[in-house]
Amino acid sequence: MPGLLSCRANLETLMASLISQTYLQSLAGGALIGLASALYLLLDGRVAGVSGILSGSLRASDENQSRNIAFVLGLVLGPVLYRLGFGAWPVVHIGANLRLLALAGLFVGFGTCLGCGCTSGHGVCGLARLSPRSIAAVVTFLIAGIITVASMNALGVA
Amino acid sequence: MTASARILAALVAGAIFGFGLSLSGMLDPARVRGFLDIAGDFDPSLAFVLAGAVAVSSFGYLISRRLQRPALDCAFHLPTRKDVDLRLVTGAAIFGVGWGISGLCPGPAIASLALGLVPTFVFAAMMLLGIVISDNWRKAARLGARQDADAQV
Repeated sequence: MPGLLSCRANLETLMASLISQTYLQSLAGGALIGLASALYLLLDGRVAGVSGILSGSLRASDENQSRNIAFVLGLVLGPVLYRLGFGAWPVVHIGANLRLLALAGLFVGFGTCLGCGCTSGHGVCGLARLSPRSIAAVVTFLIAGIITVASMNALGVA
Repeated sequence: MTASARILAALVAGAIFGFGLSLSGMLDPARVRGFLDIAGDFDPSLAFVLAGAVAVSSFGYLISRRLQRPALDCAFHLPTRKDVDLRLVTGAAIFGVGWGISGLCPGPAIASLALGLVPTFVFAAMMLLGIVISDNWRKAARLGARQDADAQV
């Protein structure tokens, strides 16, 4: 039955390409991010929001400062563990325009602090809790991001 | 004893978070911007990352609702506010603009410091400055509001 055999071969190629698909890797990476926030919640009772943890790690008056710093250090350790496990650093393409990047950094720091959260606090933790504030924040920063990228493309800014 | 256990818990959670970010491909600003580029070269990866993360995180949240307290603290410390105010929306919009320009948000920006790239250090330094400005601004606003209240009396 050559037809059936080739069908099976096709199926195997399809499966192989699906598994090698980066999407599956994205899903798995996302699940680990979710696991980290679940662990932080169940052990320490807090939302694993990186912007909040960052601002907490800068405040000497914050009673949680040492734990916030430990989380930040762990975050930096993550790619190192990836390097140890996979033998290569994660691939990164970063825009060369430093001035634009500096401005963006200022916006991200100021905005997440003002809006009480970022993609992790509002996105991962807030959406999981179905918090109305987080849903509003996620919709807002997605729309703002989409408009920004579209405007930059239209103006030819990179 | 508990203090060091809590520090260790934060370190481990942070490391899993950073490893997950690396595996997901979201350390790459080009792929994050690809997700926001819906009219152009769209890359759906971020939707898969968020779906995986929210699914597992929801499970953790459901477990937490059945517990009296977390393992290492005497109570859960979750945000309780439900009202959507102008400050939240303005902050999220400003963040979204910065996110769109750079393709970086706080988690990946900090995690990718491990790669030792100069642009990420510049971004992270400015991000911390933004946090400090916002923090001080809020503190000043709170102080001002208190003085106004005092003046009213």
